[in-house]
Amino acid sequence: MAGGALRVRAGWRPPISTEALLLAALGLYLLGLCVWPLMRFLALVFEGGLVEGLGFVGQVWASRAARVATLNTLDAALWATVLSVLLGAGMALLVSLTDVRGRVVLVFLLILPLLIPPQVSALAWLSLIGPQSPLWALPGLEGFRPARNPLLGREGVILVMGIEHAPMVFLALRAGLRALPGDLIDAARGAGSRPLGTVGRVILPLMMPALLAGAALAFVSAIGNFGVPALLGIPGRYPVLSTLIYQRLSGFGPSALPEVAALALILAGIAAAGIMVQAVALRRFAVPTDRTGGGHHGFPLGRARGVVTAAVWALMTVLAILPLLALLAAALVPSVGVRLTLATATIGNLVDVVAGLSMTQRAFVNSLTLATMAAVLTLAAAVPLAWLATRGFRSARLLNLASDVPYVLPGIVLSIAFILTFLPPLPGLGISLYNTLWILLLAYLARFFALALRPVMSALAQLDPSLEEAARNAGARGLRRLLTIVLPLVAPAVGAGAILVFLGAFSELTVSALLWSRGNETLGVVVFSLYDEGRTTMAAAVSIWVLAVVLTLAGLVTLLVRRLPQGVLPWQS
Amino acid sequence: MAVVSLSGVGFSAGAAQILSGIDLVLNEGEFMALLGPSGCGKSTLLRLVAGFEQVTEGRIELEGRGVSAPGRHVPPEDRGIGMVFQSYALWPHLDVAGNLGYGLRVRRMPATERARRVAEALETVGLAGFEGRRVQNLSGGQRQRVALARCLAMKPRVLLLDEPLANLDAHLREAMVDELRRLHRVTGVTVIYVTHDQAEAMAMADRIAVMEAGRVLQIATPQRLWREPASASVAQFLGRGQVVPAEVLDPGADARVRLFGHEAILRAPAGVVCGPADVCLRRGDLRPAPEGFKARLIDCRPLGDTHLLSVVPEAAPDIVLRAEAAVAPSADDHLRIAVADGWVLPAIDGERTLRAAVE
Repeated sequence: MAGGALRVRAGWRPPISTEALLLAALGLYLLGLCVWPLMRFLALVFEGGLVEGLGFVGQVWASRAARVATLNTLDAALWATVLSVLLGAGMALLVSLTDVRGRVVLVFLLILPLLIPPQVSALAWLSLIGPQSPLWALPGLEGFRPARNPLLGREGVILVMGIEHAPMVFLALRAGLRALPGDLIDAARGAGSRPLGTVGRVILPLMMPALLAGAALAFVSAIGNFGVPALLGIPGRYPVLSTLIYQRLSGFGPSALPEVAALALILAGIAAAGIMVQAVALRRFAVPTDRTGGGHHGFPLGRARGVVTAAVWALMTVLAILPLLALLAAALVPSVGVRLTLATATIGNLVDVVAGLSMTQRAFVNSLTLATMAAVLTLAAAVPLAWLATRGFRSARLLNLASDVPYVLPGIVLSIAFILTFLPPLPGLGISLYNTLWILLLAYLARFFALALRPVMSALAQLDPSLEEAARNAGARGLRRLLTIVLPLVAPAVGAGAILVFLGAFSELTVSALLWSRGNETLGVVVFSLYDEGRTTMAAAVSIWVLAVVLTLAGLVTLLVRRLPQGVLPWQS
Repeated sequence: MAVVSLSGVGFSAGAAQILSGIDLVLNEGEFMALLGPSGCGKSTLLRLVAGFEQVTEGRIELEGRGVSAPGRHVPPEDRGIGMVFQSYALWPHLDVAGNLGYGLRVRRMPATERARRVAEALETVGLAGFEGRRVQNLSGGQRQRVALARCLAMKPRVLLLDEPLANLDAHLREAMVDELRRLHRVTGVTVIYVTHDQAEAMAMADRIAVMEAGRVLQIATPQRLWREPASASVAQFLGRGQVVPAEVLDPGADARVRLFGHEAILRAPAGVVCGPADVCLRRGDLRPAPEGFKARLIDCRPLGDTHLLSVVPEAAPDIVLRAEAAVAPSADDHLRIAVADGWVLPAIDGERTLRAAVE
């Protein structure tokens, strides 16, 4: 084989590499979607300078409504976080440290609320506790039937948000507990500590960073939650910042923009504080532990195993299964106020919302289109960005950070930023995207980019770099390597990311609530409007369809789990 | 003709100087091993030649054409160099033929010719007919061969091997050493082979470049490295040569040397002058005898056909030397050690290079 010559190819090469062109395009895309709208948002409040801007925020803050909403936001978020921590941490300890039965299914039930859109959760809980609930028909419970739905108002908001965000605490703590070295527990037991003492004095102190990070995440989610306070707080006269902003903007139109921007700034400030707590918790208080030893085997419950198992399962049945059954029941009655019996049950609503009612039909088409496009487009941008970032392009890493902002900020802040940016006609084109489906698509692209990027990033980080280097040796240039080597290797993660984006966009409400327009409804919006108009059965029927799609897709991606690298699915454990 | 030539190559990452002052010339068909402890920069040197890193000083030429210099860098995809990675880096989403044919497809070779080249390369490594196999279903040794065949299918003039046998078990490693020797003979390809295993390097390489802390200490044939190490480090790294102080009495090719108060004749390079010097002694050349330096026996361990002695010369009680003896010495722990052969290390910049007392 000595006959060949070294093929040092000299030929023409573009003055700028493919990578640089790709990076520039991605930079435009992300700066335009993730950074520019938020800059516009800040510019609106602070256009007269910092002092004047703060003065304006103070002026808005001086109104009673704003103060009440802010205090309610903090009140609801703090108590909901307490509930999430109790529920999430308690279950994480039980599932990770004891031999309670049926742990795999328990974990699934625990993370279920994470997959269910907040407005659907709220509706399900309303159906479970409400006067029409089949629950009160059970023998022994007849006397408890309430006259008015007790969930409307403060307690309902706290309860449903607390349950909705418990999986975040659960997942954070469970990840920590899984990495806990068994030696530490054995050493404590060897020193004579009883199981409960070991949990209190050794395990929980070590888990503080994970617990704090999970709690901060639950808090930030509660601050930004719109679906739950919209369904439970608005009729219950318990305004929070997100619902106040929504009501002001839908009541007064774009003229209210400066005021709601100031309100949104307060909301963003609270959220930023929560995010900072999370970041500090993860960095500062992390206790380095030696992971060379094996894992732990937890504590056997012994004679209490049966009792604890029964109690945990009863709790999870009430928290995760019964609300969904009640929602199904609400969808099966012919009209509001009719009690569900075998004779009254009908699938008419379920058929109607997909085949009869034009608004919900449109919403199905719109949401499917938007979610599919969002999934495809975000992944199309996320794969090259993740590729460039793992190859050490510093600007790609900065873009990666920037893309997190629209995801962690409350959705309502993002939607105001998008209204501000896309209400004026586009420069050069002269058309406004406001009142079209496209503003929703752009907002989804910004909101869910982080969801697409994270799985791809972690898959690429776990990829052996020599796989790509071998392709370079073989003569393959940038784009060809990306398409023929990198993409096939991270395909499972790309699929998972696409499903995550689809799941998020399919039933999105918070961002859509301010950006939708007649003819451009989405599923999240119609559930909310049908409920708002009192057509609860229809709202429940749409929710059942949403649930069916969401659970099917979540099940599908979980089946993929064995082919996925670690850390791709948020609920992977 | 020099196929690969490096002159004054240096590489730094941030503040850390990884490589400096590397001069290396590989001739057509030569098999050169880069030998050194882990972290000495030998893999980085390989990556510089492949083009994955850019030199910060000096110049790399492939067949006379500059490919790397500060400010000039031909990317790996344009260098036409084959590289076998430690992890083999076989693409799991392609079958064996897909892996082998990838580079040929990049080069737009027609499918029929590609298939012929793939079959030919597989035949060369002894895996004829493996085209349709999935990479995951191959054994470690087979993966190794596929990785080799993937490079050979490209007919490179230079083949870089980065610790290719490190992930194989001892038995398979032995077989692959023979296989690599055969492949080198058959293909005539110029090879740079990175390893930390001196037995591997000795068995295969025409020349070995011994590296330490980012520098090349010596480049020579295996025999020469063993018999005439250029420095204490090389002497100690290869075969645990024992470096001890001595005094040259009469320089020359066979120099008269005073060693632990006793005179001996050792080989020496040109340029050695009278006075103190360091000498390298191999343990097989030290044996108990009626004549020799006086030493005290502190341990005697049987090694099958021979015995390994630990002795302390009376003239230098801080030094423990290893020696060999066919029969275990008698209980008396005082004996004399004869020096059959040894090498006077050249003085570097007039300084002695002795680092520490030998074990």
